[in-house]
Amino acid sequence: MIISVSWRNIWRNKTRSLVVITAITLGIMAGVFSTAFMKGMMDKRIESAIHTELSHIQIHDSLYSKTNELKYYMQGTDALARRIDTLPHVTGVTRRIIVQSMISSAETGAGVKIMGIRPEDERKVTDIAEHITDGKYFEGIKRYPVVIGEKLAHKLNVRVRSKVVITLQDLNNNLTAGAFRVAGIYKTSNTVFDESNVFIRYEELAQLTGMPPGACHEIAIRVEDNRYTIPVRAGINPLLTGRERALTWTEISPEMSYVTQVMDMYMYIFIIIILLALLFGIINTMLMVILERHKEIGMLLAIGMSRMRIFLMIIVETVLLSLTGGVTGIILGTWLSKHFETHYIDLSMFGKGLEQLGYSSLVNTSIDPAMVINVTLMVIVTGIIAAIYPAWKAIHYDPAEALRIE
Amino acid sequence: MNIIEIKDLVKIYDSAEIKVTAVDHIDLTFEKGEFSAVVGPSGSGKTTFLNLLGGLDRPTAGTVIIDGTDLWSLKPRQIIDFRLHNIGFVFQSYNLLPVLTALENVEFIMHLQGRPKAERTKRAVGLLQAVGLGDRLHSRPGKLSGGQQQRVAVARALASKPKFILADEPTANLDSHATENLLNIMEKLNREEQITFIFSTHDARVVKKARRVITLEDGKVLSDEKR
Repeated sequence: MIISVSWRNIWRNKTRSLVVITAITLGIMAGVFSTAFMKGMMDKRIESAIHTELSHIQIHDSLYSKTNELKYYMQGTDALARRIDTLPHVTGVTRRIIVQSMISSAETGAGVKIMGIRPEDERKVTDIAEHITDGKYFEGIKRYPVVIGEKLAHKLNVRVRSKVVITLQDLNNNLTAGAFRVAGIYKTSNTVFDESNVFIRYEELAQLTGMPPGACHEIAIRVEDNRYTIPVRAGINPLLTGRERALTWTEISPEMSYVTQVMDMYMYIFIIIILLALLFGIINTMLMVILERHKEIGMLLAIGMSRMRIFLMIIVETVLLSLTGGVTGIILGTWLSKHFETHYIDLSMFGKGLEQLGYSSLVNTSIDPAMVINVTLMVIVTGIIAAIYPAWKAIHYDPAEALRIE
Repeated sequence: MNIIEIKDLVKIYDSAEIKVTAVDHIDLTFEKGEFSAVVGPSGSGKTTFLNLLGGLDRPTAGTVIIDGTDLWSLKPRQIIDFRLHNIGFVFQSYNLLPVLTALENVEFIMHLQGRPKAERTKRAVGLLQAVGLGDRLHSRPGKLSGGQQQRVAVARALASKPKFILADEPTANLDSHATENLLNIMEKLNREEQITFIFSTHDARVVKKARRVITLEDGKVLSDEKR
């Protein structure tokens, strides 16, 4: 009966309650949508980082991880790669030779990371081939093709079929160079990556650097889904006998995982700020409510309603008021977020800045059910906190004095 | 049989500017089944006296013993509970809960007492029929006249099966027809079910019906007339 009375009390002053409910609805809807938007952006950044740059797991010689020196390569990786490929949930394995070098066009040069890859294997691990905007992925140029990023192409002022020279230090510390022709130009959502990563064929880089057959610096592994990263890594570890170490993408790029955690924290801080603003609005409303019902509360005390029950009645009323707005806001926010899960939000007007940071300018929202549950709980807690002071005031009314009010 | 014994009851309002003795050494007893009116001019201490009797206001001195319980020796929480089970209230301005129907208003006090739903509905319907509102069970106070609301208030006061009912100026806001109607109902309940009523009033019609009239002046009992 207390719940029924509390619910009906909310609608005694419809306009006032609707104003508060609307404020809560809009606040929570904005909060839910914003967090879904930020999460979507982060998810896309991580997805892009894994699919384009990092893959799920990488294996290196532990000394290479520390120094990036050419000489710390892994030998006899053919057999290791084949065995890893047979592990459950592994969808692709690729081996790379990696060299820091110079790339020059007729006009200018730039320092880049050269990756010697096997295009067929690389396709199974990264999606660079899908980001080709001009030319083809290692097709159309028979000897010494190179795939470069759009940003680098602009910098070097080269096009498809343009000639570039890659200069590097081989295993004997001799400077060596090779002439390549641009086969394809790619563009990812990360312009920094596009500017600094150049792909050539494994065999051609092995030849330039003097690497022995089957040697590589990096084995990159893609798994079916991120949740299999840890189990697959556990399956790989027994296969590693020397200095090789298998690292997951969160270990290779810890900042990426920190950003996710920090973003999660920011989302909650954002929601807490919204709820804090709403809290004072609700307190104000409930103080008005109990002031208006001073005589009625006095009557309830007079007829024998305990102070604890009156306290509870006001708490329930405030929580119901907050929940009505909160749940409506959550439903609308979720609906809006669901809509934009399948429809892009186009931020191309800010695209340049976002892409410099590695974020796509086309964003899909991503709603986290745990977040929805947490927001609901936070709304309830806000309602309870907002009710405490008005309820405390109400139970300290003197019934005799309250009943004298005309 | 005495159900209320009042001994040397004093209430002094002592503010910074002024000291007012609202109830001045009153000694009275009330028996079960009384139909009493406390009368007197404005400021004579009628409402304060009823508040002390009903446990709403703490006396400066003296005791109020209800059916053997010294009311003011109880803790505040116990006094509220005591009121719930022993005292019925009818107020001048009805004071019904506007969000509840007549039936729910009467049921509400029984809900506070923890009585089962079936029992409280049955009793509430019976009481509302007794006060002539059997056809307005599901009307909210806003849809009832002043007289009808006051009858709901009487039914609510009776619902908790109190030892007595305190009615503070119950007819002050009613027209003569509604007053007559309400008084007849209360008188009937008093005669047939031995319900004890104590009114504060300066309504001559109430005084006329009362079988005991206590006149207060400046907080003192000026006269105590039994009819």
